[in-house]
Amino acid sequence: MSYPEMPQRPWRQRYHVQAIAWVVGLIILLVLSSWATGANFGMFLANIDQFTVLLVQMSHPAWDYLSVIIQPLYETIQMAILGTTIGAAFAVPFSVLAAHNLVSNKYLRGLIRLVLDLVRTLPDLLLAAIFVAVFGIGSTAGVVTLAIFSFGMVSKLFYEVIETIDMGPLEAMKSVGASKVTIIWYAVLPQILNQFVSYFLYTLEINVRASTVLGYLGAGGIGVYLQRSLDQFNYSATAVIILATLVVVMVIDGISNHLRRVLL
Amino acid sequence: MQATATQSDPIISFRHVNKIYSNGTVGLKDINFDIPRGQFLVVVGLSGAGKSTLLRTINRMHEISSGEVLVDNESVSDYKGKALRQLRRKIGMIFQNFNLVKRSTVEKNVLSGLVGYYPTWKCVLGLFSADDRKRAFQALKRVSLTNKLFTRADELSGGQQQRVAIARALMQEPKIILADEPIASLDPRTTKAVMDTLQRLNREDGITVIVNLHSVELAQQYADRIVGLRAGELVYDEDIADVTTAALDRVYQTDSEA
Repeated sequence: MSYPEMPQRPWRQRYHVQAIAWVVGLIILLVLSSWATGANFGMFLANIDQFTVLLVQMSHPAWDYLSVIIQPLYETIQMAILGTTIGAAFAVPFSVLAAHNLVSNKYLRGLIRLVLDLVRTLPDLLLAAIFVAVFGIGSTAGVVTLAIFSFGMVSKLFYEVIETIDMGPLEAMKSVGASKVTIIWYAVLPQILNQFVSYFLYTLEINVRASTVLGYLGAGGIGVYLQRSLDQFNYSATAVIILATLVVVMVIDGISNHLRRVLL
Repeated sequence: MQATATQSDPIISFRHVNKIYSNGTVGLKDINFDIPRGQFLVVVGLSGAGKSTLLRTINRMHEISSGEVLVDNESVSDYKGKALRQLRRKIGMIFQNFNLVKRSTVEKNVLSGLVGYYPTWKCVLGLFSADDRKRAFQALKRVSLTNKLFTRADELSGGQQQRVAIARALMQEPKIILADEPIASLDPRTTKAVMDTLQRLNREDGITVIVNLHSVELAQQYADRIVGLRAGELVYDEDIADVTTAALDRVYQTDSEA
């Protein structure tokens, strides 16, 4: 049966011209960029046996090494929690000021976003190098680095959450004569709290992993041991460190999932 | 019915009120009328006729382009900061989408009607007096929802949420309640419950109630007076005794039909 009155889709829509154009465009970009950067897929395949050699060595974890790394792993977790908490605490006011639905002054908003962009541009390794120079080798440098790194990342995640909230309750609070701070406390915070918690835990998870790398620069934690084992080609010890970190990340992930369910 | 003030003492007056949006759209065009104290006024008109805008000029949720809005014989245009918040706290507002904080409890939503009367730091810490908590309970009693005191707002039905919103407005001890399409997202039975509640507040507490409605039947059922807006202009204004359905229908004619 045909319905002559049924509107016809234009051929561009019918053959998904736009979607196909996007895919083709992306593939071309991919090929061009691999050509421009000299990334060689052939070399990757030719040397893949090196990788398997490494994997074989790592597949025999030296479990007794666990007793050595328990203490630094504990320190790493402490660093990550401290750094993430400090960073996230500073991120809250900044993310409020950067959200376009709360701050109508676009110059203030622009300034705040510029600061946040700048903080995010600084690589964590550079920060760690600077703070190791300032505070000396040890976990203080690590905590400060993680705090600044989390601040930049969490601020952006937070203000993007704020920008998706339902504005209705804000209008209602404004209509009862609430001050700005009260509006944020009563109408914004309850709407974003659970996403804040989940982004906080996500950042914590990233920081546990990041702090393993920061240890390379003397910023404390498990990274020192990771570096040592790699330098000694002691890949069975490396494997233990990686597995132990994996366990920590999985535990945080579990807590995150649980809290999200409870807080939803 | 208890004695209401005379026509000569309006609680709200519109004087040559114009509103032109920044994109050139005319929101309101030379609006002139008074609302006497204690009146149940219904504003009817098509979507986009300017009903919501008109309502929001009273508590300055929207700014006007020219003219004057008087509340209690005082122009509201120059209010800033604290004075503006004090104006707003004596005007309760009800919304089509209820605008409750869904993740908060009913009690917190009702108490939030009080924040205009508390300093910010006390609001943030939730330091409401025992008396005010009792009042929150009484406000819920008036909308028959006391058993929901500690329920989260998003667990309530639409009609219940709207009644919580009314309880929130009651906490303000308002002289005026503005209701913007309060029943547009409710079914017929809850519609009646919400409209009856507004009527009771009007009759028992003498609160001036201004309601935007789509439905002409409801308007005729509850209003003391009906005004009609079309394309930002006041095209109809009659006391309920003089309202005829035929005349009211003309408010809903589009420009091409007029």
